[in-house]
Amino acid sequence: MTKTLTHLARLEAEAIHIMREVVAEADKPVMLYSVGKDSAVMLHLARKAFYPSPPPFPLLHVDTTWKFQAMYALREKAARDAGMELLVHQNPEALARGINPFDHGSLHTDMWKTEGLKQALDEYGFDVAFGGARRDEEKSRAKERIFSFRTATHIWDPKNQRPELWSLYNARKAKAESIRVFPISNWTELDIWQYIHLENIEIVPLYFSAPRPTVTRDGMLLMVDDERFPLKDGEVPVERSIRFRTLGCYPLTGAVESMASTLPEVIQEMLLTTTSERQGRAIDHDQAASMEKKKQEGYF
Amino acid sequence: MSDASPHNGIYKTDKLIASDIDAYLNIHQHKSLLRFITCGSVDDGKSTLIGRLLYDSKMIFEDQLATLESDSKRMGTQGQEIDFALLVDGLAAEREQGITIDVAYRFFATEKRKFIVADCPGHEQYTRNMVTGASTADLAVILIDARKGVLVQTRRHSYLAQLLGIKNIVLAVNKMDLIAYDQAKYDAIVAEYTAFANSIGISDFTAMPISGFKGDNITERSVHMPWYAGPPLIAHLETVALDNDADQAKPLRMPVQWVNRPNLDFRGFSGQIATGIVRPGDAIRVLPSGKTSTITKIVTLDGELSEAVAGQSVTLCFADEIDCSRGDVIAAADNPPRCPTSLKALLSGWQTRLWFLGAPIG
Repeated sequence: MTKTLTHLARLEAEAIHIMREVVAEADKPVMLYSVGKDSAVMLHLARKAFYPSPPPFPLLHVDTTWKFQAMYALREKAARDAGMELLVHQNPEALARGINPFDHGSLHTDMWKTEGLKQALDEYGFDVAFGGARRDEEKSRAKERIFSFRTATHIWDPKNQRPELWSLYNARKAKAESIRVFPISNWTELDIWQYIHLENIEIVPLYFSAPRPTVTRDGMLLMVDDERFPLKDGEVPVERSIRFRTLGCYPLTGAVESMASTLPEVIQEMLLTTTSERQGRAIDHDQAASMEKKKQEGYF
Repeated sequence: MSDASPHNGIYKTDKLIASDIDAYLNIHQHKSLLRFITCGSVDDGKSTLIGRLLYDSKMIFEDQLATLESDSKRMGTQGQEIDFALLVDGLAAEREQGITIDVAYRFFATEKRKFIVADCPGHEQYTRNMVTGASTADLAVILIDARKGVLVQTRRHSYLAQLLGIKNIVLAVNKMDLIAYDQAKYDAIVAEYTAFANSIGISDFTAMPISGFKGDNITERSVHMPWYAGPPLIAHLETVALDNDADQAKPLRMPVQWVNRPNLDFRGFSGQIATGIVRPGDAIRVLPSGKTSTITKIVTLDGELSEAVAGQSVTLCFADEIDCSRGDVIAAADNPPRCPTSLKALLSGWQTRLWFLGAPIG
């Protein structure tokens, strides 16, 4: 009797295999944890990969200080539930200069996220970092290896990627070089949602619709998550029923108007929608090939 | 787009999504997965075919389509038509030069299966990247431009697909619209390829005449080629046998990745089952030492399993404290693999200029 594995079973088994390879081969691995839905799935898979041991690496949140309040609330709990150490890094220079998404444009992402990530990896000496990126998200990601090699200065060279045959991953590197590993490369947005549904994984409530205070900026619907949001003269936030398809820094993350308050409803809306997931992310629309450029500079 | 999209949305159960999402999710959740590649020579239409598959399965969203339309007008090669190749050529250097450098992975689903397709570069210089894409595929779609026939790169990719162990080969004779759907020309190409395929040990393949650009024989039988009796591409992809299923019929093999030791009372061996089925009580042999023991339990976060099959990642516990570590293979006790100490190999170099297979084959 042949038991055909479902696509989710095969994706799960692949991700677990990848994580075990890293732990067996790396000197000092770390899991980048952004508190989003992809991170939630990746963390859940890590628990499965090493059970009954806790995942033998820490979680690292490269914080920008501008995430949604609800994300900070889930962050500590998720780490505690998994029995893992949580490291939080904030770029001290960005902190000192008060870098923010309202006044500093793309410098915000460059300093907090790209530079912050490089600082944290160098400071702790991590040689392999798990990331929750998926190939269906964006064109340059669709081209990236699962084990993505970085030079000592964290540079990704898309024109010269290593061979990656079968499930034999090449974890070799010289001192100071590093590897970003993407265990859920082959998952789609629908796979992520369906897996969260099936496995009952806890995610930030912002993914579900609720009345929230909003304003519109450049065609994007933004949530006024705290008092730092600079309102225009006489502007009053409007309460709308909204949810988010991806979560990042709240001033850069566009919401969608929605009534979907359960997972099946969210999935239903996603399947019937006509726009892509990252449309709400300002980071990708800076310029043509912007994700590729950021990745070359060291963004994960 | 009207001309290029007669089958819009054909793979999706739109009505069920809207009317009963739980029922849709239940169906989707039980779909199997097929991984395949598109390969062949430069300009044989690999990227266009993938663009077509994604477009027909509604995996291209409005904002992506808008970007694609503006990109097509700016740098496309299809005049005012949409250049689907721009959808998969994701790197700046690729779009700038109009060539595919590395493999792009794309995803779509029909009512029966989910698919991961790797679009492999046709350019000779990047053949090494095609090998990366092909290594994880169950099936290879080898595209041929009907106007050009079997080319050097068609042969090279066929050879590599065979070398990597891909058992299902589809010979897609593409751009049939540009040769007026001529059966005689199609038959001649298939005959030429058959002779070549037999010479390199490909015993079986499925040939079909298609047009990725016009959508002929992609989701439905083409009205332009009544002489073709076989299934359209999608129907073939939906029904072809999966390697993963065949692997279950073979004897147990599980390479050990990691030894799981949370405390003194637990020692488990973690890995992904390569072939076969394992159940508690099964007699196993650890290689290369040859030591034997019995499986006591199959441990997962979801509880202990009564059996695990090829493809699953599990942790196995033994009845005896025998030596077993990363790199060892857990095998069926009465049917272990041979453990030779020498091997004969066909090497292919990864350097751009150092191709043992670089000379035209055949």
